[in-house]
Amino acid sequence: MTDSKYFTTTKKGEIFELKAELNSDKKEKKKEAVKKVIASMTVGKDVSALFPDVVNCMQTDNLELKKLVYLYLMNYAKSQPDMAIMAVNTFVKDCEDPNPLIRALAVRTMGCIRVDKITEYLCEPLRKCLKDEDPYVRKTAAVCVAKLHDINAQLVEDQGFLDTLKDLISDSNPMVVANAVAALSEIAESHPSSNLLDLNPQSINKLLTALNECTEWGQIFILDCLANYTPKDDREAQSICERVTPRLSHANSAVVLSAVKVLMKFMEMLSKDLDYYGTLLKKLAPPLVTLLSAEPELQYVALRNINLIVQKRPEILKHEMKVFFVKYNDPIYVKLEKLDIMIRLASQANIAQVLAELKEYATEVDVDFVRKAVRAIGRCAIKVEQSAERCVSTLLDLIQTKVNYVVQEAIVVIKDIFRKYPNKYESVIATLCENLDSLDEPEARAAMIWIVGEYAERIDNADELLESFLEGFHDESTQVQLQLLTAIVKLFLKKPTETQELVQQVLSLATQDSDNPDLRDRGYIYWRLLSTDPVAAKEVVLAEKPLISEETDLIEPTLLDELICYIGTLASVYHKPPSAFVEGGRGVVHKSLPPRTASNESTESPETAPAGAPTGEQPDVIPTQGDLLGDLLNLDLGPPVSGPPLTTSSVQMGAVDLLGGGLDSLMGDEPEGIGDTNFGAPPPAAPARVGAPIGSGLSDLFDLTSGVGTLSGSYVPPKAVWLPAMKAKGLEISGTFTRQVGSISMDLQLTNKALQVMTDFAIQFNRNSFGLAPAAPLQVHAPLSPNQTVEISLPLNTVGSVMKMDPLNNLQVAVKNNIDIFYFSTLYPLHILFVEDGKMDRQMFLATWKDIPNENEAQFQIRDCSLNAEAVSTKLQSSNIFTIAKRNVEGQDMLYQSLKLTNGIWVLAELRIQPGNPSFMDLELSLKCRAPEVSQHVYQAYETILKN
Amino acid sequence: MAKMIHSLFLINCSGDIFLEKHWKSVVSQSVCDYFFEAQEKAADVENVPPVISTPHHYLISIYRDKLFFVSVIQTEVPPLFVIEFLHRVADTFQDYFGECSEAAIKDNVVIVYELLEEMLDNGFPLATESNILKELIKPPTILRSVVNSITGSSNVGDTLPTGQLSNIPWRRAGVKYTNNEAYFDVVEEIDAIIDKSGSTVFAEIQGVIDACIKLSGMPDLSLSFMNPRLLDDVSFHPCIRFKRWESERVLSFIPPDGNFRLISYRVSSQNLVAIPVYVKHSISFKENSSCGRFDITIGPKQNMGKTIEGITVTVHMPKVVLNMNLTPTQGSYTFDPVTKVLMWDVGKITPQKLPSLKGLVNLQSGAPKPEENPSLNIQFKIQQLAISGKKCLAWV
Repeated sequence: MTDSKYFTTTKKGEIFELKAELNSDKKEKKKEAVKKVIASMTVGKDVSALFPDVVNCMQTDNLELKKLVYLYLMNYAKSQPDMAIMAVNTFVKDCEDPNPLIRALAVRTMGCIRVDKITEYLCEPLRKCLKDEDPYVRKTAAVCVAKLHDINAQLVEDQGFLDTLKDLISDSNPMVVANAVAALSEIAESHPSSNLLDLNPQSINKLLTALNECTEWGQIFILDCLANYTPKDDREAQSICERVTPRLSHANSAVVLSAVKVLMKFMEMLSKDLDYYGTLLKKLAPPLVTLLSAEPELQYVALRNINLIVQKRPEILKHEMKVFFVKYNDPIYVKLEKLDIMIRLASQANIAQVLAELKEYATEVDVDFVRKAVRAIGRCAIKVEQSAERCVSTLLDLIQTKVNYVVQEAIVVIKDIFRKYPNKYESVIATLCENLDSLDEPEARAAMIWIVGEYAERIDNADELLESFLEGFHDESTQVQLQLLTAIVKLFLKKPTETQELVQQVLSLATQDSDNPDLRDRGYIYWRLLSTDPVAAKEVVLAEKPLISEETDLIEPTLLDELICYIGTLASVYHKPPSAFVEGGRGVVHKSLPPRTASNESTESPETAPAGAPTGEQPDVIPTQGDLLGDLLNLDLGPPVSGPPLTTSSVQMGAVDLLGGGLDSLMGDEPEGIGDTNFGAPPPAAPARVGAPIGSGLSDLFDLTSGVGTLSGSYVPPKAVWLPAMKAKGLEISGTFTRQVGSISMDLQLTNKALQVMTDFAIQFNRNSFGLAPAAPLQVHAPLSPNQTVEISLPLNTVGSVMKMDPLNNLQVAVKNNIDIFYFSTLYPLHILFVEDGKMDRQMFLATWKDIPNENEAQFQIRDCSLNAEAVSTKLQSSNIFTIAKRNVEGQDMLYQSLKLTNGIWVLAELRIQPGNPSFMDLELSLKCRAPEVSQHVYQAYETILKN
Repeated sequence: MAKMIHSLFLINCSGDIFLEKHWKSVVSQSVCDYFFEAQEKAADVENVPPVISTPHHYLISIYRDKLFFVSVIQTEVPPLFVIEFLHRVADTFQDYFGECSEAAIKDNVVIVYELLEEMLDNGFPLATESNILKELIKPPTILRSVVNSITGSSNVGDTLPTGQLSNIPWRRAGVKYTNNEAYFDVVEEIDAIIDKSGSTVFAEIQGVIDACIKLSGMPDLSLSFMNPRLLDDVSFHPCIRFKRWESERVLSFIPPDGNFRLISYRVSSQNLVAIPVYVKHSISFKENSSCGRFDITIGPKQNMGKTIEGITVTVHMPKVVLNMNLTPTQGSYTFDPVTKVLMWDVGKITPQKLPSLKGLVNLQSGAPKPEENPSLNIQFKIQQLAISGKKCLAWV
């Protein structure tokens, strides 16, 4: 007597047989047949061929049969739109049925049939149902508006359904209110700009009233909607919080988490001195803890959210450490999350317990979990200074277990502990060295090599150890190779007499036999440093390193604030803003926390610092793998080089290696201080010195100063955002380039969008095509407090080192502050490089024009320019494009122009101005240059200048 | 948020998709391949991550009663919402068919389909209260299916469920019993981590009060406690009037009809009365030998004069253990050499003779000495006692 009989297939022609049964006269047989059809549908079988037969069964008094037919229709109407029309009449009739259940069912099903033709017929019945006397029908109709909007948004707006929906927010029945809110939220999501959910104190009040009475799901919709509201002051925020707090005791965890979201968001507006603020903090802890006793899937989502909450307001859960202890039967995904939160909550008060737990975890079976536990011990050591000693001894115990992956993880974290507490725990190095052979993972090998190099003077056989790594140099990963190079150089600087051969060997391995540019460049830099000035090398390579602090994996404050607004959503599970992953990203609105209204607090950065972190310490960061620039030579981004670096004269558009020229000139120089070290022949891979450059770059320096004297102010493009705050832990940089009276500058606007004060700014450019470099250090005179903006003009010169970039005008910039180092790249307009003495002699122009081969000529169109020849000439001149001659050929003006770039490249131009429309000209630009790759960019400069 | 659940797939442990339901358009079964991939990676069915992202969808799943409920999501939704809903679906199946199993679902596939349609509309949960659902779609009983087949009547109710729109949506109207009765079960579960030396690392009580109410009309109940102070972290069934609890610490409610969970609560370790049993264990392995000794003893601690019964001990032995040769003083034990789980069904504790389990452990030869402190899990029952010391005072 069970439904499984519907699955038994008869020999052949199942569909045929069903068809016959569907057309049977007997009601019972019909129903059974429809059930069979539905059963096939549930397992994914295609039974769409039966469409007309099933629809024929629709007109019936039997509610069950009707429901079954409706189920079928919803599934297949889309594939048979013409047939679906047959059902319309029955729908319209059912919407008039005296039984509210049938009215609601009809309107619900119609909304699910995503066929355009049907939607037209839906409007009238829907309008009636929205005003139905029965709330059950009204609430179903509210949802139907959202469905219809998804199919045909325009239709919904034209028919005025949105207004009706808004009216339903004031309905007397809480379920209708909840569904109206849900429907409006959905529609608003696809129209972020529309002001659909116009929340004001009156409507908020209605929502809060409905909140107490509607079902759990309705409560979620209402709470999520409330979270989007911004109260006008702290009193309103408090009163909303008071009315939302009871939801924290709801049995449905989604209700609880949505309530937590509202509270976390509105708390932002409350003054911390308020008694209520403290009460609220206390009330938030128990429900969060309760979430952890739910099913593991719920726990996982809850833990991901708690991770955010703990970072934003550590005080809420600081006494609840124990609930995050891992249970042996937790699924692995729950275990890993709990571990993360344990570390965030670790403080001096509870560190003993935490460590005891972590030690247990490190002996578990699951490899991932064990690794994370070992890392966690290291993080505890860095976070809670008082525990460092205990952590180190725990790690040593773990190393004694000789479990391969435990040992490797332990060595990686011990390296970080050394960096945090230098000269404190080096006694353990001997133990570490014993395990050298068991290290097979790059990260652990690199860490070990770093330790050996850093403490070379205390390890007797450091040279042997490093030499043993060197044997398989080419099989190592880049990370290990780089580390090995640095470590051997360190060793050499510490024990120069014994390790000459070793350093020679590693330098030649790195520079000659490697294809990796990072490795080669670093090798060259060391080589040059050692050969030019070993004392400086020592200062650089063995410089004191900044201490690291624990907060390496905190979410940056701007992102954290945004994520707090998304508590309970997918974004909170992935810890990414929805714009980063939601498909289509159709108008995702960035949400932000409301500003605090109480005036007695300026910033809240000290509050957000996690408990136990010593305040006042600069949060330097453990350099990550990709952080090569900071890692290089252990060099901090110091004040920029203001004078020309090693090479300046060999400027050409080709590939010019910074080191190429200098190296051979330095060859054979006997470095002082390191005895008679002899560096071998220059590696053949180094490009040979470039012959006489076309225009001497150095001479430009003088040209600049003895400029033609025309006070030219070239066109300045408006500032653009180069580095968004999201990418730079709250620092936003926008800027532009200007050229005035022969000097180039970079006009920057720095905005602090983080919660902490920013200091210690510095800037550096990567090598670029034209040798642009800062001519002075970046001077930000006062610390930049949150929400403050400064404007700085940074003078630039063009004597920096040169490397051809792609695109040519690409500039990569590194900006440092007390928080981190950030990288961005920008394109500069080429006309900032047009020098003032770019006017060529007439004869010279003719000769050069002929001289440059025709294949170097490039042609471009500039359309719809509103200027005449005269104006064009003047305008271009102010940007250092000089008109040498002017001709009129057959009614067209021809301008012959020249310009010169800072590196001495001349560009010749022929500009043909032909009247296009009555008021606009079309310009035709022919450019000739010995370095044709600049033409494209010169053309772009022309276009920008002329169109602005 | 809307279209929150696009589709639902039910998958059994061997990876067959045996039911699919689409609320909007049909999503191909192939989307489940991402789920299978994650399942393969997780090795253990319980370790499949609940949220999986795929290029066009998100898969949010729960694992219940050896079945995976995999929902397909297309837009930003609250995952808890989805997970809660999926559990509600599983609860409803359990309620309707007595078990939530592949066989039960397949046997009642049409009802399942009707239920799913009734529970969710365009991503908005519609009716999830079992009282209301049962009015809309009658649960299958043998009697009813016989009657239906004779009279031709159906399983689908044709009137609007009465509770649906009232302010007490959880209760149906017109309930009548000849014997009016109400039962409450207080179940408390201690969750404790105890270290090798026997001291408690962490302990808390997870408690629930389950009710079975068979009362006519619209009964209004109040329930008060001796020491409500203990209940500071409580989740309530929506029927409980929160205001009254806040001000008077009294549970006042109009109950749903039938079985439901009234409250669940947590009592943290500060308020905890001592744990009523203790375990002494010693497991040792000799270096370079393929056997070890195993010895555990259980005894009552402070049991307030009540007998401790239904004790079972589960031990996850290290992977290198091949077999165990043990003698229990009472009860019986089993060791599963595949999962390495030792189960000892102890029964009752009689204070005169403490139960113990002793013997030899055989290890894989040549394997390194394993960890000596595997985790032990103990379950037991004490009738008529709430560990938290909570007592009910009065019924009105």
